[in-house]
Amino acid sequence: MALTKDQIAKRIAQELKSGDYVNLGIGIPTLVANYVPEGIEVEFQSENGILGMGPFPKAGEEDPDLINAGKQTITPLPGASYFDTALSFGMIRGKYIDLTVLGAMEVSDQGDIANWKIPGKLVKGMGGAMDLVASSENIIVAMMHTNPKGESKLRSACSLPLTGVRCVKRIVTNLAVLDVTSDGFLLIERAPGVPLDEIKKATQGRILIPNQVPEIQV
Amino acid sequence: MIRKKVDTVAEALEGIQSGMTLMLGGFGLCGIPENLIKALAASSYKNFCCISANVGVDDFGLGLLFGTQKVKKMIGSYVGENQEFERQMLSAEIEVILTPMGTLAEKCRAAQMGIPAFYTPAGYGTEVAETKEIREFNGKNYLLETAFTSDFSLVKAWKGDEAGNLIYRGTARNFNPLMCGASKITVAEVEELVPVGTLDPNQIHTPGIFVDRIFQGDHYEKRIERRTVQNT
Repeated sequence: MALTKDQIAKRIAQELKSGDYVNLGIGIPTLVANYVPEGIEVEFQSENGILGMGPFPKAGEEDPDLINAGKQTITPLPGASYFDTALSFGMIRGKYIDLTVLGAMEVSDQGDIANWKIPGKLVKGMGGAMDLVASSENIIVAMMHTNPKGESKLRSACSLPLTGVRCVKRIVTNLAVLDVTSDGFLLIERAPGVPLDEIKKATQGRILIPNQVPEIQV
Repeated sequence: MIRKKVDTVAEALEGIQSGMTLMLGGFGLCGIPENLIKALAASSYKNFCCISANVGVDDFGLGLLFGTQKVKKMIGSYVGENQEFERQMLSAEIEVILTPMGTLAEKCRAAQMGIPAFYTPAGYGTEVAETKEIREFNGKNYLLETAFTSDFSLVKAWKGDEAGNLIYRGTARNFNPLMCGASKITVAEVEELVPVGTLDPNQIHTPGIFVDRIFQGDHYEKRIERRTVQNT
């Protein structure tokens, strides 16, 4: 069975370590905050200017002065801080953020990422994605293995305009967990019951498949 | 004590002319100078170049300036959520320059701080880097980005005093402090303007030296763009 979006988020949440400052992108990455494992203490940053971001507010308690980078209403947790957007990107550029999770349209087997523009379609902008991928040491991509047309999103080279080069470390898709190595994608785990052939077929870039590939536990 | 208080929006915007470059604080609809935007939308001025993170929504925020065809060039980071802006972008009525958000913030801050240019890794290897000088430091590649030059900064704070000192609230801070002093003239509108001596100097976010004019706005709507609540 391929993973659901929530299961992808849950698998990524297993990567969290106590003490991590984490930036979550829009889409599946946002869901990661729902699955922080018991006993793990992390703080979430949103690049518009908050550290210590908590859950969405209860109905009736929304505050227009408290939003995340996706413009959603949020709440602060005890210990939170607010700051301007330059300081916020200083945290990112200065490598104070330990983990960045973001979505992608394509990832190459060298770790290049494309997630902001499709030629011929309306361009909305890169937001903070280029800053994040250029500076983060630890980038996990959360995405479907193939696009809605069934084409592989894990490629030998990105066909779409790039957001950043040689930056992605790990990818969690509905089919697999893969690392980016100097020899291409390395299959780390597979979704429960998904045959290795299916993963191989859905991966257009170079892929290394070890003899033993454990199933994802979610 | 140098007094920065003006009494009307008209006074606050004195000297603005068509074709000028404006920095507008706010992120989405959060922390935007509502009164100044409305006054510009109702004015006869046009052909502005606007520097702002986003473009508002069709009927609010920066969107009011696109609805009234006030903007000929937009420099921003993310420009979704506004159909009239989209239409003007697709029909090439408006020139759009997309900039990585951290670079956008730093280009404001550099203008404010008297730094003409800086190196950043954001956009290396992408089309953002195409026309820019690349330089390697410690084995990593960076782009040279220049500070903005701008005529008016229009910002919003929560509280301010007549000396121009500003305090922001929550994530409504965003780009506002970075734009203060980053243009020839900085105008701040605040929800509450208090007499000097009322604000605790320990709590000031933007010292009044960066602000030229301050006034208390009214009828703040503070609309929420994506009201999101917990499932109950």
